[in-house]
Amino acid sequence: MSTWHDIGAFNDFVEDEPSAVSADGVSIAIFRVGDELFALHDLCTHETAPLSEGFVEDGCVECPLHQGLFDLRTGEARKAPCEKPVQTYPLRVEAGRVAVQVLPRIALAE
Amino acid sequence: MNDSTIIVAGAGQAGGWAARTLRKEGFGGRVVLVGDESHPPYERPPLSKAVLTGEKPIESTHLFGANDLADLALDWRGNVRITALQPEAKRVTLNGGETLRYDALIFCTGGRARELSVPGADLPGIYRLRTLDDALALRPLLQSGASLVVIGGGWIGLEVAATCRKMGGHATVVESARRLCERTVPPDVSAYLAELHASHGVPVLLGAEVTGFTRPAGGELAVTLRDGRELVCDAVVTGVGLIPNDDVARAAGIACDGGIIVDEQCRTSDPSIFAAGDVAAAHNAWAGRRLRLESWQNAQEQGICAAKAALGQAVQYRPLPWFWSDQHGVNLQIYGFPSASHAVVERRQSEGSSFIRFYLEGDCVKAAIGVDAARDLRFARRLIESQREVLMERLADTSVPLSRL
Repeated sequence: MSTWHDIGAFNDFVEDEPSAVSADGVSIAIFRVGDELFALHDLCTHETAPLSEGFVEDGCVECPLHQGLFDLRTGEARKAPCEKPVQTYPLRVEAGRVAVQVLPRIALAE
Repeated sequence: MNDSTIIVAGAGQAGGWAARTLRKEGFGGRVVLVGDESHPPYERPPLSKAVLTGEKPIESTHLFGANDLADLALDWRGNVRITALQPEAKRVTLNGGETLRYDALIFCTGGRARELSVPGADLPGIYRLRTLDDALALRPLLQSGASLVVIGGGWIGLEVAATCRKMGGHATVVESARRLCERTVPPDVSAYLAELHASHGVPVLLGAEVTGFTRPAGGELAVTLRDGRELVCDAVVTGVGLIPNDDVARAAGIACDGGIIVDEQCRTSDPSIFAAGDVAAAHNAWAGRRLRLESWQNAQEQGICAAKAALGQAVQYRPLPWFWSDQHGVNLQIYGFPSASHAVVERRQSEGSSFIRFYLEGDCVKAAIGVDAARDLRFARRLIESQREVLMERLADTSVPLSRL
């Protein structure tokens, strides 16, 4: 079973319009900047808000709720109130199709 | 720097961010965080919304996780206040008598709810809403579907009225000015808010001054108005303004004027003393005057800035103010200071109730207000900050994406 999941054609993804996709049950936000694509877990690490509804500027996505920032490339929190990094996912483009890699997760007891 | 002490006076949102920022920026000395509430630093916006309804637990408002205060080595003193300050000696006195020396002091003391000084103001059944404890006292009342008279048609009053309705109760808003939120929005938005409340069953009485409260033995609470009308209710909630807690600073000779005066570096008239949040009065370029910003954004951003400045970093705090309010299921946001002197352009889709209004000086957007228009507003913010000239027709034309302007 592959950890790579097809999420659409490259041109489905539009600059300034983040997309929300689901891969292996995980909600993922896809961002296009120029000809690059980035994938972040579609949930702000501060409060419950979808990053796919965020605003993209200067290589970061701004959470719609409180305007905290995450770096699209690394997932690092760049501005308060966000502190914890958000999970990033590898992407690959082959023959015009985009796939995202979601690795198996082990459920940890809290 | 390791044997230095920085005292943060006030353990609310601004104080919490100041303390956290000190550590984040590498300060290895002692950080003492003094607050007069029993709760560790928390955010206030949910107090009139999700905490009041009970949808969110009080811990959801906390800035710090369970171990953060210890992990960050923050010496948090709850239920403690600073009663005196000696700037020349760089010393503060706490209410228990203890004195502390500081190398830098950051005032984040916020404010206290203004009380109405009319007869009967001390009767039971009259509530305010500033602190978590205030919200917890009010919550059981609203959960039983109370009928409230809300005094004050500002943001607190309007949110409490909306929350009361959401919880199945009744509320009437009583405002002494001629329109709602007079200090912060232009007349067109005041009218929108009044209509929003009226359409959700909340009567709004404008130009209505409260002259007293009575509660005859065994009877209900009654609010008396200047025009003689009497409003009977289960309880009253007042939201009539915030008095800045600048008393200690003022008594110590620090420059104050309806708050502790600070410059763009969050510095007061004393070079070792800084201030941030609801208590701080600063010149704002967008407002064109000195004022206090009572907002979530200012508490966080100015708190962060004051901490950096206290560590000697070069900072410049020049915020484009951003504010939001949630009432009756509608999200309203404001950037800048829209005023009646601005030209207004409205952008509205043909279907749906969301809209955004741009406030212009000449061809530049100076401020914006939006209802359920968070994404469009974010583009408005970019327009305002860039001070780019725009064509009014394009602002209003919904076939032209705002991202293209």
